[in-house]
Amino acid sequence: MELVEAIILSVLAASTPLLIAATGELVTERSGVLNLGVEGMMIVGAACGFGGAWLSGSIFIGAVFGIIAGVLMSLVFALMALGLAVNQVATGLALTIFGIGLSGLIGAGFVGERLTPAAHLYIPGLTDIPLIGRVLFGEDAFVYFSIALIIGVWWFLYRTRAGLILRACGDNHVSAHALGYPVLRIRTLAVMFGGACAGLAGAYLPLAYTPFFIPGMTAGRGWIALALVVFASWRPGRLVVGAYLFGAVTILQLHAQGWGVGIPSQFMSALPYLATVIVLVLLSRARTGGSTAPAALGTVFVPDR
Amino acid sequence: MRKSLLALAAGLLLAGSVSAASAADKLKVGFIYLGPIGDLGWTYQHELARQALVKEFGDKIETTYLENVPEGPDAERAIEQLVRAGNKLIFTTSFGYMDPTLKVAKKYPNVHFEHATGYKRDKNMSTYSSKWYQGRYIQGLIAAKMSKSGVLGYIGSFPIPEVVSGINATMIAAQSINPNIKVKIIWANTWFDPGKEADAAKALIDQGADVIMQHTDSPAAMQIASERGKLAFGQDSEMIKFGPKTQLTSILDTWAPYYIARVKAELDGTWKSEDTYGGLDSHMFAMAPYTNMPDDVKKIAEDAQAAITAGTLHPFKCPVIGQDGKEIECKGGANLADGQILGMNFYVKGIDDKLPGK
Repeated sequence: MELVEAIILSVLAASTPLLIAATGELVTERSGVLNLGVEGMMIVGAACGFGGAWLSGSIFIGAVFGIIAGVLMSLVFALMALGLAVNQVATGLALTIFGIGLSGLIGAGFVGERLTPAAHLYIPGLTDIPLIGRVLFGEDAFVYFSIALIIGVWWFLYRTRAGLILRACGDNHVSAHALGYPVLRIRTLAVMFGGACAGLAGAYLPLAYTPFFIPGMTAGRGWIALALVVFASWRPGRLVVGAYLFGAVTILQLHAQGWGVGIPSQFMSALPYLATVIVLVLLSRARTGGSTAPAALGTVFVPDR
Repeated sequence: MRKSLLALAAGLLLAGSVSAASAADKLKVGFIYLGPIGDLGWTYQHELARQALVKEFGDKIETTYLENVPEGPDAERAIEQLVRAGNKLIFTTSFGYMDPTLKVAKKYPNVHFEHATGYKRDKNMSTYSSKWYQGRYIQGLIAAKMSKSGVLGYIGSFPIPEVVSGINATMIAAQSINPNIKVKIIWANTWFDPGKEADAAKALIDQGADVIMQHTDSPAAMQIASERGKLAFGQDSEMIKFGPKTQLTSILDTWAPYYIARVKAELDGTWKSEDTYGGLDSHMFAMAPYTNMPDDVKKIAEDAQAAITAGTLHPFKCPVIGQDGKEIECKGGANLADGQILGMNFYVKGIDDKLPGK
């Protein structure tokens, strides 16, 4: 039983950065913008998050620094892709390459420093309950925040007028514009929200997951977050399932190796990605009536032309 | 207008060549790095050695490095760039630079190249590598002594001979202390992904391992072991900062003595193409101080280190028994031959796991 609990705890930790980053990208894409720069925003968020926490001694301030860094990065993207109507795919890729370089520069002074990781919640009595205690009541704040975040996003997208307008921008920006909604402003805000989430997800790594900073420590998690949005067919509920599924397969394949399951490790390492692809195929087969991708996703919008 | 521009350009070129001529008595030494110099592991150690060169030779040499150079065709361009910039001795510090280095070496016979961990050489291209398995043997002794559960955890990077020989050396040493010792092996299939390394360490500890060893590059596993109150070994660099009560020792890639010797040879005009495969005896690597262990364990480790340095102890002393219980053919006389260790693709007896791809 202890092992099951330990595995669940590892899965939660591994899934949280993916869930946060993917939630941000989901909102961005729902507004019709494809920002492939998640990895770049995450890694800058990691560098700034660690720097902020290390200089101030506060994990909270570190997280805020990470968020700000992500937003600033996303503003670069917004300026190019929305303001100047540059190709979104190219801009996003450039943002990632830029971010990797920039994070190395920012983080150069922090390499080799260590940090006390984010504290885990402890409620006497509740946290001590076997099996579920530590899982439900013994996590760090990021884990709870990520769950609150995705519920908040679901509520916003489907239960508020602003969410409806945001989705309208993503499905048909010309009509939304004709109805008088400021499409570019809404999209900029969505891109900034995506940046904030990516920055926070990046900051999670050096603040809670592995409490030190090393260049390149996001190791492709931004790309997985992007894939998760597609996996989730742009729906918050499925996003949660996808993020935890990916985390679970990642952790379980490590345990399987430790138990000596006689499957080549290279195959095991590919398993989380394979599982994602397979579920993706099954989902798209099961659905009748076309893709649910926002219709205007990735399309440049230039008003009054 | 165009003429005057040309003249200006010519003048600038001339000025450039003049300043180059005055600097010609300085030996220019170039480095190609795989990762960022701040990776705290592999590249960081090469960078420390470069800094040692600067300290040793001062104004006599001028060093340049290019970091984050991907292995493959890009590397060729980067190496050639260093040649064009006037570097006469160039260190390319990763296995994947082998072919690109060879290609550039053939093109520029007057430039000398030094390639780390490869096997292809030329008149003007040397190779160098370390017998890290010697260090892993010492770690195996310590691990078996320190483990209470009798289960060791090993995070492998890729199932390549260097890593496999490390696991085997560890296991042979550990069995000499405790014949029933077990090792759990998790392959991360990456050199560097702190998150995954941490997850692998958690999985190993959750499954009962109480001493963690790694062949991946970040201090993440050390940190997890530290959090959980277990023991661990560092990798490539000193990692005690990440586990003051956790690190038993660490294999330290100390390239400085070798780099200094090679630059000195270049300055003296005695440089020639060589294959260096050195260990503790030739200071190609060192062991970090033995900490967090009782004195008797420390003594075992120090004695083993001394014996390996003196050449009286060899981790792969024949007979070496393979996983299937059969004896491995001994091509090196008393010990396995270097070539057998450099190409090792089997587990030794006692490892209850399957080598990926076998």
